[in-house]
Amino acid sequence: MAETTIEKKEPIFAFGKKERKLLTDPLNDNNPITVQVLGICSALAVTTLLFPSIIISIAVIFVCAFSNLFTSLLRKSIPKQVRMIVQLVIIATLVTVVELTLKALDYPTYKQLSVFIGLIITNCIVMGRLEAFAMANSPWKSFLDGVGNGVGYGVILIAVAFFREVFGKGTFLAGTPFEVKIIGPNSEYLINTMADGSWFSWYQNNNLMVLPAAAMFLIAIMIWIHRAWNPKLVDIS
Amino acid sequence: MELVNVFIKAAFIENLVLSYFLGMCSFLAVSKTLKTAFGLGLAVIFVLVVTMPINWLISTYLLDEGGVLGMDLTFLRFILFIAVIASMVQLVEMVIEKYSPSLYNSLGIFLPLITVNCAILGGSLFMVAREYTFAESIAFGAGGGFGWFLAIVALAAIREKIKYSNVPAPLRGLGMAFLLTGLMGMAFLSLLGIDPASF
Repeated sequence: MAETTIEKKEPIFAFGKKERKLLTDPLNDNNPITVQVLGICSALAVTTLLFPSIIISIAVIFVCAFSNLFTSLLRKSIPKQVRMIVQLVIIATLVTVVELTLKALDYPTYKQLSVFIGLIITNCIVMGRLEAFAMANSPWKSFLDGVGNGVGYGVILIAVAFFREVFGKGTFLAGTPFEVKIIGPNSEYLINTMADGSWFSWYQNNNLMVLPAAAMFLIAIMIWIHRAWNPKLVDIS
Repeated sequence: MELVNVFIKAAFIENLVLSYFLGMCSFLAVSKTLKTAFGLGLAVIFVLVVTMPINWLISTYLLDEGGVLGMDLTFLRFILFIAVIASMVQLVEMVIEKYSPSLYNSLGIFLPLITVNCAILGGSLFMVAREYTFAESIAFGAGGGFGWFLAIVALAAIREKIKYSNVPAPLRGLGMAFLLTGLMGMAFLSLLGIDPASF
């Protein structure tokens, strides 16, 4: 902002360095989960399997991007006192759209996710971006910021789900046509631990990974690695 | 007896924070000092106990097909629930401000934060999914709130002590809070075997 004081008319759909930064920043320096600590609430319980986590991630990217866009479009006409309720109504409407779409397309997954789709409404990352970004920026930038934060959130979620599913259940993408059974005690799996002379006869699925606590440990380890690699994020207090 | 059952189950066995990760954002952000954690915990209990029966009435008599309007309006559930919660929190805030300014000042910013606390909306959605009755919904609200209160106070107490320990720098603060929550979750798992119905 400091380099130019003369106001230039910016094109509505510019995609320059600043816009790219909006997309990449949430992946590293400003990651919603490991740095901002927002939005952990609603979705960690679904990360026991990879497929539902991918669904939730897509839903969050969609809700985050479009709620940012709509709030930004309306930002000049929302009175300050009721902005929370207006934002919540926008989010709740989008989440209802997601819920009904999922119900129509994939009913078993909808049943499995049950209340967690609805809980995207109170996902702090959506609300947080509306407050911090969309209320003060142009629609296109807000949209990009929403996509960036949704992706930054989804990446962590999918990484956690990957480890939990592979080490906890020995499968990959279970419940989809692409399911790969990696390691387990019968011949359906790629590595059969019960086969004669198997090198992996010692292997057991790690039941800790299926418990909710495992998600916390995995995120703690991710935070550890992330901050060791990027020391400016270390908590000084 | 059934109600005590629901209460104990919600408070300990299926603790909202430790086994469903609900209300995690404020759980991690506000647990730095014991005093504020205590205040927020009490406010969450209160809001849960108040919103749960209201949402039960709305969902049974307004949105259900057998309700007053005779239409299946369940697709409006999210919007109505969140509106009830937001206005309830606003109301609670105003009442506390009027009658007990000292409590209002000590809670301050945490009151409006409760609106986006996933535990509140999550509680209401669980209530619908599990088809609780009216009385059970109150017991579930009280139990869930109490469990949340217990968890945040415990975490805040541990975090106050752990400040004096020599934790690896990248793990300090947030990372340690995650590890502690995980360990607390595992500790609460040992309550899984309890069957409140057998008392």
